[in-house]
This record gives sequence, structure tokens and C-alpha cells, in this order.
Amino acid sequence: MLAAAGFHVPNLDYHALAPEIVVAATLAVVLVADLFLDDDNKWLLSNVSGWGLLVALFFTIELGARGHTASMVGGAYVVDDFALVLKGLFLVVGYIVLLMSANYVEEGDYYEGEFYFLILCSLLGMVVMSSARDLITIFVALETLSLPAYMLAGWRKRDLRSNEASLKYYLLGVLASAVMLYGMSLVFGFSGSTLLVDIGKATQGTITHAPLVTVGIFFIAVGFAFKVSAVPFHFWAPDTYEGAPTPVTAFLSVASKTGGFVALLQIIYIGFIGRSDVWGPMFWALAALTMTVGNLIALRQTNIVRLLAYSSIAQAGYILVPFAVAGSNTKSIHSAFTASVVYLLIYAAMNLGAFTVVIAVARKTRSGDIASFGGLYEYAPGLTVLMTVFLFSLAGIPPLAGAWAKIFVFRAVLDSGTSSAVALGIVAAVNAVIALFYYASVARVMWMSPVPDGDRTPIRIPATLQAALGLTVLVVVAIGIYPQLFAHLGDVASLVR
Amino acid sequence: MNFFDHWALTGAIFVPVVGAALLGLVPRRSEVALKAGALVASLASLALVIYLMAGFDYGHSSRLQFVVNDRWIDVIHSHYHIGLDGISLPLLALSALMTVLCIIYSWDHFPEPHNPKAFLILILVLGTGMNGTFGSLDLILFFVFFELVLLPMYFMIGVWGGPNRQYAAIKFFLFTLFGSALMILSFLALYFKGGQTFDMIALRHTVAAASLPTATASLIFAGLFIGFAIKVPMFPFHTWLPDAHTEAPTVGSVILAAILLKLGTYGFVRIAIPILPHAAHTWAPWIGLLAVIGIIYGALGCLAQRDMKRLIAFSSVAHMGFVMLGIATLTSFGINAAVFGMVAHGLITGMLFFIAGSVQERYGTRDMSRLGGLLLQAPRLGWILGFCAMASLGLPGLAGFWGEFPAILSAYDPAAGLSLVTFRVYMAVAAVGTVFAAGYLLWMLQRVAFGIPKTEFEHAHVHDLHVPEYLAWVPLLVLIVALGVYPHLLFHITDGAVKVVTSGLHTAAGGVAAGG
Repeated sequence: MLAAAGFHVPNLDYHALAPEIVVAATLAVVLVADLFLDDDNKWLLSNVSGWGLLVALFFTIELGARGHTASMVGGAYVVDDFALVLKGLFLVVGYIVLLMSANYVEEGDYYEGEFYFLILCSLLGMVVMSSARDLITIFVALETLSLPAYMLAGWRKRDLRSNEASLKYYLLGVLASAVMLYGMSLVFGFSGSTLLVDIGKATQGTITHAPLVTVGIFFIAVGFAFKVSAVPFHFWAPDTYEGAPTPVTAFLSVASKTGGFVALLQIIYIGFIGRSDVWGPMFWALAALTMTVGNLIALRQTNIVRLLAYSSIAQAGYILVPFAVAGSNTKSIHSAFTASVVYLLIYAAMNLGAFTVVIAVARKTRSGDIASFGGLYEYAPGLTVLMTVFLFSLAGIPPLAGAWAKIFVFRAVLDSGTSSAVALGIVAAVNAVIALFYYASVARVMWMSPVPDGDRTPIRIPATLQAALGLTVLVVVAIGIYPQLFAHLGDVASLVR
Repeated sequence: MNFFDHWALTGAIFVPVVGAALLGLVPRRSEVALKAGALVASLASLALVIYLMAGFDYGHSSRLQFVVNDRWIDVIHSHYHIGLDGISLPLLALSALMTVLCIIYSWDHFPEPHNPKAFLILILVLGTGMNGTFGSLDLILFFVFFELVLLPMYFMIGVWGGPNRQYAAIKFFLFTLFGSALMILSFLALYFKGGQTFDMIALRHTVAAASLPTATASLIFAGLFIGFAIKVPMFPFHTWLPDAHTEAPTVGSVILAAILLKLGTYGFVRIAIPILPHAAHTWAPWIGLLAVIGIIYGALGCLAQRDMKRLIAFSSVAHMGFVMLGIATLTSFGINAAVFGMVAHGLITGMLFFIAGSVQERYGTRDMSRLGGLLLQAPRLGWILGFCAMASLGLPGLAGFWGEFPAILSAYDPAAGLSLVTFRVYMAVAAVGTVFAAGYLLWMLQRVAFGIPKTEFEHAHVHDLHVPEYLAWVPLLVLIVALGVYPHLLFHITDGAVKVVTSGLHTAAGGVAAGG
């Protein structure tokens, strides 16, 4: 692109970059302040981080309200509706994870300052990812969001499981990055550009060296399949989720996974939109496998975090369904894209909510066994009702938000209308019934089993967790009753033309 | 339309759930406040329904009234579209009334593990789900309310139910969810193939205009059929019902029998038949076949029971068979009978489950081989049981008769194009079914109420009716007599609306007759 030999300073729109700048500044402040604070005052860091995210969120909303768009560095970095909606999502998710972590990190034997620093680093990577429209930017964003996550997974420093979680996640993550990078280099070699728009033009229609592009797409997709823990590239996820501290698990299963999907959305819908013959069947197989395997293994889990881990694998399968059916016509591209984005937004709220309840309950029971939830209703009715709402939302029972996520997916399937799409829709419908079984079984334990150790002392829920629960349940119920509230957020068609 | 007319139906639907939310704020210890609050919320909803009944234009019961049609989910063109006609009004009234009566009945009778707060909240949420289902005119809205009923009932059975409650609860849930999954697929198919709308009324015309291929229409109807048939329940989808009814707490059984089963039959009358009349015509003989199998099977099932509640549960399968037979004839006579049958079955079987609950409470068992002599120990309860058994077996002069007899009669002369021979055979079989019904109900009455108490209960102190029982039962008993003596009360409401349902069928039958 840059034909001239000399480097000239790109023309940056600093207003459009405000969220990134604020997050970067906050993480710098946290890193430095950590050096000067003694242990009693470390809680300040979580407040600083939280406020930083809120300010960044303010700028994101402000940009969105003004309809401010910008395209920088020759189109490699774009701020548009899509980017802003997802930045908003990442910042809110980050804020909720901070709320979940505040007491957890303070009361456990953890490094505090570094924890917040790493969370913010990872978030910065995600925020950048939302705007990245260039292979190199995407790769840099992906590493920025992944590397801190590898460390966070091992944050329970003296726990072997946590060490295993971190190492497994790291090794497989790096392998995935390498595979992806190889795919990217093939695509670059073919198209001569790293810009997604240019790649999109180059790969459209009948092309020479089609096998080269096919292999490139295949490797890139495999790389992201690791990131979003799609079957058969999911093996790291349950161990990592179980071993990592629970707020980190929530972060990984929501934010990090969404980061992967955001990259995938941009690469597929801009870069390879003309090659649906290649990725359509691939995603079909990935989606069908991911839903089915995730759900079937989840049926057998006895640990709540592992159950949620497999459930989040299965949920990733539903998010992959629209990818598989997108290719057939313009209308279906549009509705498939919307379906994926809507699903990501709703999934974030309900999954974070479920993890927050797990953290709150574990404060008392000190256990991750599903059996330890027995009789929860008798001593913590509020938490029980909330968990029930989140679980049945994940299962897709109306009038909760998760039902609309699934209905959008089904709409994409029927908009496509091909027989393979309908077949995938049926696989998804059958899976919805299977999934209900294990979600309902957790609800059953909470409502209908006796308290395992007879200890009925109520659970004290810290204010931060209450805030996290309040936010997530509000989103799940409000969207459930009035989905219109939200539908236009998912309708960010700026990517697909 | 004035302000109050505009909001009354919405209020009737949502007042219970708002009440439930407010109850959530009341501390668990203040039981009286909780009970009073729940009663007020349910009474307010009933009052609004009575207001709607007063304002309803009975001369034009075929026209939808109190219609509200607001934007709801633009992206899928789904509207908040509600309204009432002569079919939905009586069912809405029944559902609002039952919610109140169940709360009254529970007053001092909360089943173990007690916890009135959660129990009352669940009843109120059920109230919203049921009222909303009968008020909806949009498929997605209908689906949401239809599903909203599931969760509270699941918890009601699973937490407050009998010894085998967890199995029964999950069985109920999975069966119904399986049906709903097929139902929503059919709804989406109607949307995509039948005119890009979820409006039940508009779909009648757009689907006809879209002239779907016969196979497609048949498939969509099959999806709807399974979804609704599980809820009804029709043979062979009924196996969840005896378990759910037997294990559920008394109030849960009453609501299940009186209202939830009607959601299925209502779905046939409101959605499946008017929107897909051709497919309904193709399927009608099979529906009729399953209906009469249900009548006989349910009756034989009854004769094999020891548990009083399980017997009543099987009798529901038989009675809903009559309702479905009426629907399967696709005549306005048959469907009128079916709607009457729904209301009558709601009143009578609701009462029978109440009584079974009260018997269980007094004797600690529902095993009929251990019971006996109820008339001696609690004469009023015994006589009410006798009265309800008579009503249930279809004694002329009581409500049950007008549900059963016209349904059988309607099979003599089904809609044009349906095989006369087939339906007349069904008629004969159904008539035999009424004999069985008399058999098992009298047998139950004899074993529970007649004779002398068994030795184990010989000296038991059995209290006759309590005040909450009087209050909860009198309205039902009055209605059973009133509708029995003067069925026109209900028929003149339903008739006009039913004619609209069958109007699509005339063209369907004409088409078939001309084609064949």
C-alpha cells in the first residue's frame, strides 16, 4: 500500500480513538500506581480501572450517538457502528468482570495490581479488535487480548490445576496463533495486501490459485476455532475454565470468546465473503459438532464451572450456525450477520450472570460441585431465582433474552432456506432440547434437593457482586420482554454491503 | 375506544405478574400480607375480565374486540396484538376465575414445603401466562405466553409435589418443550411461506393467498398438531399427564386440568384450523381417530387405577378426547361443542381435583382401596364429590352434558368432504366411551364415598368443609349448574366466533369436493 519509501505520520482521528486512549491511559496509571500503594490500599486500583472503563464507555456511546465514523491508516482501522457496538460490549463486560473480581481478588491470595493491569490490557486488545480491518492489526489485537489471558488463567499461583489451566491454554493458544498466521501469510501471498477490503476484492469470483486461498481460509478458520473453542478444537477449554479463578473464567468464556468471534466476523464477511463455497461447509460442520458435542458432554458434568464451560462451547456452536448459512443470498448474509452479533450481545449478559451467581455461592460453600447448590432456594432465594433466570435464558426459554438469540439464529437459517441450512436448523433445535435438560437439572438441584450439609446460614453478597447481578439480570429480562430495545444494536450492517 | 377499554385486556394479562413482582418485595415471614397481596392481584385481574365481559358486544361475538395492536419487535414484524372474541372470552374468564379460586383454596392449605411466598408468586405468573395465551393474536406473543406457563408449573410440581415429583416435573417440561420446538418451527414456516407476518388473523388470508403446496401445508400443520396435541394431551402423547397430575400439588393439578390443557385445544381452534383449513381437512380423520382412541384408552386407564387423582387424570384424557372429536368434525356445531367442552371440563375436573386434594388432606391418602364412607364422615364433601362425578359423566342438566353430547352428535354429520362412515364409527365408539365414563366415575364415588370407613380411619376425626373450600368451590358449582340448565349462556357467545373459524373450511371443503 505504502508505495513511498519514506514513513509519513498517518492522519489519526483522536476523537474516534478516545476509548482506546482512555483504556491505555488507565492501564498505565494502574501499573504505576500499583508500585506505590501498600497492600491495604490496593482496592483503589479496582476503582480506578472501573472508572477508566466507564469513561471509555462514555466516549464510545458519545461517538455512537453522534454517528461519528472514521477510517484510518488506509482503511486498516475503522470506527463505525459495528466497531462501536462491540467496543461498548467489551467495555461493559470488562466492567462487570471487575465487579465480579473485586472481592474475589482482594480476599484470595492473589496479586492485585497486576490482575487489573492484565484485564485492562486484554480489554484493550478487544477494543482494538473491534476496529481492526487488516490482517496485521487483527493479529496484533488478538495477541494483545490473549497474552494477558494466558497469565490470568494461572492466577491461583499455588494451585496445580490453575497452573495446568494456564499452560494448556498458552500452548494451544500459541499453536493456534501459528496456524492462523500461516494462513494469513498464504492469503497475503495471494492477494498482495493485508487489508480485508482488498482481500475481499481479490478473492471474489473465479480466481486463479483457488486451492491456495482455500488452504489460507482453512488455516485462519482453524486458528479462530481454537479461540472460540469450537469442537474439535475445544480441548483446552474445560480444563482451563475449571482451573482458572472464576472471574477469569467468566472473562475468558465471554470476552475472549467474543473477541475471537469479532475477528472472525470481520475476516469472513469482509475478506472472504466471495468464498462462501469454502467456508460455508466448514462452518456447517464446526457448528453441528460444537453444539452437539458440547451439549452431550455437558450432560455428564458434576462441577458447575465445567458444566458452564461445556455449555459455553455449545453456545459457541449456535453462534457459528449463522456463519454456516450466510452464503446463499444477500438477504441471508444480512440476517446471518445480525444473528451472530445479537447472539454475542445476549450471550455475554446471561453467561456473566450465571458465573456471578457461581462466585457468590462459592463464597459460602467453597465448592464447585453442582451438588453443593442443593437447597439453595431455602437460604438464598434471591440468588436461586437469578440463577434460574440465567440458566433458562441460556436454554432459550421465552420470555428471557436467550430465546430471542435463538430465534434470530433460526430466522437466519430460514432466510437462507437451503436444505443444508434447514438440516442445521433441525440439529440446533434438537440441541436446544438436550441443553434444557442439564440447565433444568441445575435448577432442580437448587430448588428441589435438600441442603447437603444442613448449613442454612444466608449468603452475604458484597455490593459489587450485587451490582453485577443487577446489571446482567436487567439486560436478560429487559431484552426478553422488549427485544426491540436491542435489535437495532445487532443490526449493524455497516460491515456487510 | 376509550382509555379504559384500551388498557383493560392488557391489565387483565399483566396485573398478576406485576403483583408477583411486588410480592417478591414482601418479606417471607409476613404470610398474611403475602396472601392478601396475591388475592388482590388476582381479584384485580378478574375484575378487569368482568369489565371486559360487561363491555363485550355479544351481538358481534365473531368480531375481535378490545384489540390492541402496537409495534413490538420490528425486526421480525411481530406485534403486541391482543384482542378477544367469542372463543377466547369464556376461556379468559375461566382462567382469571381459576387463579382467584386457587389462591383462596390455598389460604390455609399450603402444601409442603410450605413457603407461601414462592407458591403464590408462581400462581400469579401462571395467571399471566394463561390469560396472555388466550388474549394473543400474534404467533410470537402467543408462543411467549404459552412457554411462560411452563416454568412456574415445572417448579410447582417439582417443589411442592408428591414423592415422585422430580421425575414428573422434568417429564412434563421435556414433553411440552419438545412440542413447542416443533410449534415454533411451524410458526416460523408460516411466517416465511405464508406472507411475512405473525398476525394470526392476517395469516388466514395471506396463507390462503400464498396457496402453499399441499405437502408443505401438511407438514406445517403436523408441527402445530404435535405441539398442541402434547398439551391437550391426545393419545399417544398423553403419558406425561398422569404423572404430572398425580404428583402436582392440588392447586397445580387444578390449574393443569382446568386451564393448561385448554391451551392445546385452543391452539387448534385459534391457529391451526383457521390458518390451514386444507391441511386440517386432510388431517381431520386422523385427529378424530386419535380422539376416540383417547376416549376409550382414557376410560380403560381409569378402571385400572387405585389412586383417586390418577383416575381423574386419566378421565381428563378421555374428556379431552371428546373435545378433540368435536374439533375434528370441523363443523361449527362440533367446534361449539368443543369450546363448551373445554369450559365444562375446566370447571368439573378442576372441582374433582380440588376434592381429591381435600380428601388427601383429611385421610393422608388417595388410595381408593383404603378410603370409604366419606358420606358418613364428611357428608358435604361426599355429596359435592357425588355431584361432580355426575357432572363429569355427562348427566343432562349439568355442564358436562353440553360438552359431551353435542360433540358426539356432531360426528354424525362432519364437514363436507369428510368420510361419513368413518365419523359415524367414531360417533359410536365415543358413545360407548360415555358408558365407560359412567362406569369409572360411579366406581370411584362408590369406593370413596359410599360404605363405611375402613378400620384404620374408623375413629379419625374428619373435618367437613372449611371456609376457604366453600369460597373456592361455590362459584364453580354454581357455574356447573348454570351452564347445565342454560347452555345458551355460553353457546351464544361462542357461536359467532366459531362460524368465522369454520368459514375457511367451507371453501376448503368446496375445493376438495370440486377437486375430488
